Amino acid sequence: MTMLLPRRGLAQILALIVILAVDRVVSPQFFDLRLQDGRLFGSLIDVLNRGTPVALLSLGMVLVIATRGIDLSVGAVMAICGAIAASLADSHGLPVVLAAALGAGLVCGLWNGFLVAVLGMQPIVATLILMVAGRGIAQLITEGRIVTFSSPDLVWLGNGAILGVPVPIAIALGMLILTGAVVRGSALGLLIEATGGNARASELAGVGTRAMILAVYVWCGVCASLAGVIAAADIMGADANNAGLWLELDAILAVVIGGTSLFGGRFSLVLAVLGALIIQTMNTGILLSGYPPEFNLLVKAVVVLAVLLLQSPKLSGFAGIMAPLRRAKP
Amino acid sequence: MTLKALFAASATAALLLALPANAAELTVGFSQIGSESGWRAAETSVSKQEAAKRKVNLKIADAQQKQENQIKAIRSFIAQNVDAIFLAPVVSTGWDAVLKEAKEAKIPVVLLDRDIDPSGKDLYLTAVTSDSVHEGEVAGDWLAKTVGDKACNIVELQGTVGASVAANRKKGFDTAIAKHANLKIVRSQTGDFTRAKGKEVMESFIKAEGGGKNICAVYAHNDDMMVGAIQAMKEAGLKPGKDILTVSIDAVPDIFKAMVAGEANATVELTPNMAGPAFDAVAAFKEKGTVPPKWIQTESRLLTATDNPQKEYDSKKGLGY
Repeated sequence: MTMLLPRRGLAQILALIVILAVDRVVSPQFFDLRLQDGRLFGSLIDVLNRGTPVALLSLGMVLVIATRGIDLSVGAVMAICGAIAASLADSHGLPVVLAAALGAGLVCGLWNGFLVAVLGMQPIVATLILMVAGRGIAQLITEGRIVTFSSPDLVWLGNGAILGVPVPIAIALGMLILTGAVVRGSALGLLIEATGGNARASELAGVGTRAMILAVYVWCGVCASLAGVIAAADIMGADANNAGLWLELDAILAVVIGGTSLFGGRFSLVLAVLGALIIQTMNTGILLSGYPPEFNLLVKAVVVLAVLLLQSPKLSGFAGIMAPLRRAKP
Repeated sequence: MTLKALFAASATAALLLALPANAAELTVGFSQIGSESGWRAAETSVSKQEAAKRKVNLKIADAQQKQENQIKAIRSFIAQNVDAIFLAPVVSTGWDAVLKEAKEAKIPVVLLDRDIDPSGKDLYLTAVTSDSVHEGEVAGDWLAKTVGDKACNIVELQGTVGASVAANRKKGFDTAIAKHANLKIVRSQTGDFTRAKGKEVMESFIKAEGGGKNICAVYAHNDDMMVGAIQAMKEAGLKPGKDILTVSIDAVPDIFKAMVAGEANATVELTPNMAGPAFDAVAAFKEKGTVPPKWIQTESRLLTATDNPQKEYDSKKGLGY
């Protein structure tokens, strides 16, 4: 039986199903869906919609982690790009707004990539610089206020719908397909994994590791800027103090839950996004449950621990020993 | 300090220079925390306005959220022999030594917005702060009065877990509605004082309470969370302000925008004018020797849709919120 199921991803899918079932128990209307103003409406849509920023961040983060790097600056990049989009929204058209925001994300990614790939800094320290400075840059752009806008185009990015599907979900899905097509449709994914697995050996084998590292940080910056634009569009304003705050940790968690090793060398885009959904399914469940907020973080920690234990090789070894015993029973 | 605040500061300085040089009766040094929130920026700009009104020469030092910068600023104010020092303390402890220096130099110190550790009570003249328990009570009383005898299920958006303001605003509101058996908090979650979390939490409240039909009112510990919650209600096809009553605290400009649109009902003001009463206390102390009470409580005004929200919005939007 188990042979038919995919070995990788089984733990994540199981975890998601279990958490969804728990959500159904704490909130009987969890799977109810209806159309509201031409837009799907229900808790399940909330999970996907609220999970979008972390899902987008994890798409960039998983590639960075595959090269044995890490990007702590994504939350701050979200704040910068959200601030830029919000400041331009009422005076410029959507193409200009998007180009400016995504361009800023690209520049942030280039900066991180330059520090890591060219200057050879430790990724965790190199990206820490932008994590700290970035929020300050965002605050300079917004002058410490919450910059609000009413441009219907940008608001549509956060609250609109395409055939009933909220736009953020469509964007995240599109980015997943695009990223997947680029890295798995070519040898790029393999080269990224090679860079993470053994940079020196790959270099000697002719892989342009420096270009690979630069590219993944740039992509990570672009993903973060999209997440920032969506977060700003969602609340019709840019909150430089809070936008994307601590989301870099959720993105790293999503990648790890998705089974990607922090030591690099292999990655799965789909499972990283699944990791983001697991986190959000849990968050939404906590909000629906009605428990006092003091329990939020505790519940989250216990669930994350359980999901990671499911993936632990030691534990699956234990399950492997148990399996024949179970089969032996009449 | 933001660029805008810098311009405003230099404009005020230019204004003061333009006045006859001896018109400034008092020189006051103000050690401000830094630009941690929109409210803080508004407090700084209102302090400048109040100083200009009274022809007080106000020197503001931005501490960038660091206590050592505040201590340095106070020492420099003492060296300049200012008439009084205002301090918005970033933390509540560790002020004894520098406040003793001010006391020895016979310069009165007034605390703004936040209090310090009780051990230093004799080291400052007075503290001008708001009572956040009282703010919650004002919000609760308004809701009880508005709802009357009808049964009312309330959902609450709390501030950050562990923040004293959040705990106090909850306590005050709970006390106020405890007197009315028809008012009941059915759900309470933290929205971390932010718009995004306020919206997310309200979305799940709506789903958990029969699409919002079982909710009669929302109470948010600050206006920003309420602005997010209002969006969530609108997206769910509900009419905030009509189907669901709203009451929140702070009185930031955007909540008045919502009131003008008929989407919010009431807010309780956390006034950014802490300096005004402090200037008056210092002036009375200097001229007549009147010792003010140890605590000057600022007024927690209730502002509703009938209190000309457009005017409130216009008066607040330029303050840097």
